[in-house]
Amino acid sequence: MEPFTTFTGIVAPLDRANVDTDAIIPKQFLKSIQRTGFGPNLFDSWRYLDAGEPGQDPSARQPNPDFVLNQPRYAGAGVLLARENFACGSSREHAVWALTDFGIRAVIAPSFADIFYNNSFKNGLLPVRLDADTVERLFRATEASEGYRVTVDLERQRVVEPDGTEHPFEIDPFRRRCLLEGLDDIGLTLQHADDIRAYEARRREEAPWLFAE
Amino acid sequence: MAGRTLYDKIWDQHRVREQGEGAALLYIDRHMVHEVTSPQAFEGLRLAGRRPWRTGSVLATADHNVPTTDRAGGISDALARTQVEALDRNCGEYGIRLFGMSDLRQGIVHVIGPEQGATLPGMTIVCGDSHTATHGAFGSLAFGIGTSEVEHVLATQCVVQYKAKNMLVQVDGRPGPGVTAKDIMLAIIGHIGTAGGTGHTIEFAGEAIRSLSMEGRMTICNMAIEAGARAGLMAVDDTTIDYLRDRPFAPRDETWEQAVAAWHDLHSDADAEFDRVVRLDAAEIEPQVTWGTSPEMVGPIGGHVPDPGAEPDPVKADSIRRALAYQGLEPGTPIREIRPDKIFIGSCTNARIEDLRAAAAVVRGRTLAAGIRLAMVVPGSGLVKQQAEAEGLDEVFKAAGFEWREPGCSMCLAMNSDRLEPGERCASTSNRNFEGRQGQGGRTHLVSPAMAAGAAVTGHFVDVRELSDRRH
Repeated sequence: MEPFTTFTGIVAPLDRANVDTDAIIPKQFLKSIQRTGFGPNLFDSWRYLDAGEPGQDPSARQPNPDFVLNQPRYAGAGVLLARENFACGSSREHAVWALTDFGIRAVIAPSFADIFYNNSFKNGLLPVRLDADTVERLFRATEASEGYRVTVDLERQRVVEPDGTEHPFEIDPFRRRCLLEGLDDIGLTLQHADDIRAYEARRREEAPWLFAE
Repeated sequence: MAGRTLYDKIWDQHRVREQGEGAALLYIDRHMVHEVTSPQAFEGLRLAGRRPWRTGSVLATADHNVPTTDRAGGISDALARTQVEALDRNCGEYGIRLFGMSDLRQGIVHVIGPEQGATLPGMTIVCGDSHTATHGAFGSLAFGIGTSEVEHVLATQCVVQYKAKNMLVQVDGRPGPGVTAKDIMLAIIGHIGTAGGTGHTIEFAGEAIRSLSMEGRMTICNMAIEAGARAGLMAVDDTTIDYLRDRPFAPRDETWEQAVAAWHDLHSDADAEFDRVVRLDAAEIEPQVTWGTSPEMVGPIGGHVPDPGAEPDPVKADSIRRALAYQGLEPGTPIREIRPDKIFIGSCTNARIEDLRAAAAVVRGRTLAAGIRLAMVVPGSGLVKQQAEAEGLDEVFKAAGFEWREPGCSMCLAMNSDRLEPGERCASTSNRNFEGRQGQGGRTHLVSPAMAAGAAVTGHFVDVRELSDRRH
């Protein structure tokens, strides 16, 4: 996995609460058996005026000029600013893959749905929880100045505004370490294979019905 | 020491080790797999040269992408076919048990697990699907995971987890006639919001929950995710045990007795402490209908579409405004005057035999109202379909003008050809009314099976309690 240490990028404001993963990547694009190539269909039904189907040439689509990611001032955005309960709904990891494939490295919101939050860390995408007032402040700042950028510093657990204002954020230490070092968590778990086998041996005695083949 | 919650007990029993820094390695007893969220996981396994840790724990089926019309010709959508074939190939290569498209036992993964007795009390259960919480109805800890975690569980039989907080949703008293598990759950979501359970495992308790059948309990736990909770669960009681007895994957004879003895401990201790407690009175719950684009945008059948101007919170007011624009609804419209174009009875929320019986009871002797373009019943599994046919329910639906389909997820998420066209309105027994969920531009209203049936035969949302004694 690609490590995440610190990232500075243009902020795109997505001013809606309860954005669901169906909106982030609609179901018709879930038929792929790959992990890549979802970026062109990120937020497909908001981002385009024509109906999206797998296999279309993105350059032949009709972009919706009102959608934030289509506005020139947010071109190349690497940080998505969002509202409460971001990425609720379906467990589809494709939502994370679509964001990262598009170029988003961090999402800032007051709260995230649990499954998405968890999926993000498996793919080098950093979800940053900041309180609603701070998020509101960032929305205003982003809309006020074109090319507004923030730095997301995972090492120091800070979001840094251009004027140097810093907003600390909380993150689980284990997740932070895995992301900073880009660790393969399956490899990490398999270092404890003996513990897993010992657990199984004990449970087979206690609860044999769990091991019926 | 304070007592433990049911969640605490299952957690403690499955903790292989502390990973440090708040994370634990949790052992997984049952892994359910479907075609949409697994291909990249199997590919990852293959690329890393790893093998599944315990194939006997895995149960696979194809449900999201499969056609619900005649399957003799296979799947015509090439992408969907590729995905289903990938599942067949992956299961074949690793020796994983698969209920494929032609198997009578095929169906929606959250219907077939319990139906087969592959879902057992006290288990940890995962699936690459957010509605995995369904299985919590059996006193198991069940939650949805992403594809990277599917690969992790295949490779290690474990997930790395952070313990959630404990939340209790207690529904006291008994619901009135015509008020179903779906109505109770929609009312809970309306009360606590779609993020109300975020970071928590919800235990559902109280007389109203205990009085439900296993089908009803599954409907409630199924939608824990719509209340923000990754997992919802319920204590084990005789209803749970009676349901599981003699199911194909359930233990037998002495092992059954041993298991039942262990299952009797699967409840929260009387002195267990919850981080958050919410209480509802079942007697106050009416049949529910969602009007917006989030499951929390819900109200009683006797209510009206809300006015965003009356909402003080600007973010919420904006959400209501957007939802009404998308749904094509005016503030103040009585819910009863909303007229669906299509009816969908199905999904992992409401496609079990009891759901079909409830819908058929309303439909019996009636026909589809003139404005209904399509009404479909999609049983949750081949076995549910077979049972319904043995009871003659298919004839009731067909005589009324419904289409009787093959099992799958169908128009709950509209990955196959079952979908709404732009602007079409649907009374749906599924779980999500998000924009575009049932088809781009489609408008969804979530209801119980009886309420969907009521809308089908009258052409508008109607209080089914009035229909039960009025025939036309």
